[in-house]
Amino acid sequence: MMVNVLFYVFGAILVLTALGVITARNPVHCALFLVAAFLNSAVIWLLLQAEFLALTLVVVYVGAVMVLWLFVVMMLDVDVEKLRQGFTRYAPLGALIALVVAVQIGLVVHVRKLGLGDTAAAVVDRPADHSNTQELGHLLYTQYLYPFEIAAVILLVAIVAAITLTMRDRPGQKVQDIGKQVAVRAKDRVRLVKMDAEARQ
Amino acid sequence: MIPLSHVLLLSGILFSLAVAGIFINRKNVLLLLMCIELMLLSVNFNFIAFSHHLGDLAGQVFVFFILTVAAAESAIGLAILVVLFRERRSINVEDLDAMRG
Repeated sequence: MMVNVLFYVFGAILVLTALGVITARNPVHCALFLVAAFLNSAVIWLLLQAEFLALTLVVVYVGAVMVLWLFVVMMLDVDVEKLRQGFTRYAPLGALIALVVAVQIGLVVHVRKLGLGDTAAAVVDRPADHSNTQELGHLLYTQYLYPFEIAAVILLVAIVAAITLTMRDRPGQKVQDIGKQVAVRAKDRVRLVKMDAEARQ
Repeated sequence: MIPLSHVLLLSGILFSLAVAGIFINRKNVLLLLMCIELMLLSVNFNFIAFSHHLGDLAGQVFVFFILTVAAAESAIGLAILVVLFRERRSINVEDLDAMRG
């Protein structure tokens, strides 16, 4: 019962923070609301017994990705007022579409119509010493090994892409040209001169 | 125990809020990317809810991969955004008409 109460409380906060993300005036506030939304989701994932993913969400998403977001948001000098033109004009349309989508999803997931009413029997409450991380790790390193490695490659590609995109050549910047360094030959640099010894004047 | 339908409804509400966010913040690329993050979060909710209720860990593995791809996506998206801002001094969608779309 306690779990249910916690779920509703954190679910309500999650919806409020999501509203904050889409309506806040300042992009920094939007990012902070998004952080709050991720934290609330992590709590709900804990209630759904996905401990490893909940902690990953906090560590990776809140700790790394959202910090990156905040850096970028603060670095860009954004003219908020200009970007918010048409906010009130499109707000009713947005609200209408959101309502339609929500009602449609609500109709679909209504338990009796989905035929999932009896899955409650399959839910097993894990004992306190049950390790979700161990179980997930076992699955990731056996059955999902190739997808796991592809995920690693995707992250590598993302690193390389992000760095190459944002790197720029400023005039007067001192850089190494490895090709030139390797191609250099001694006779281009050093001139050996043969000459007779000269008497002291 | 949390009913499956309530989790799915919560994720549906989250998703529709993100859709609304895309509509009302349609000029700000930064907020569009944030709304996409919210959408991915709500999809993850579905995976975790079903994983919990069907007792199958495959859903959690998928959430793991979605998180990976979402992190890569936001890193590249932000990099493009930074380059764009350096080029145009603006992140307004209406200024991005170089391709005459």
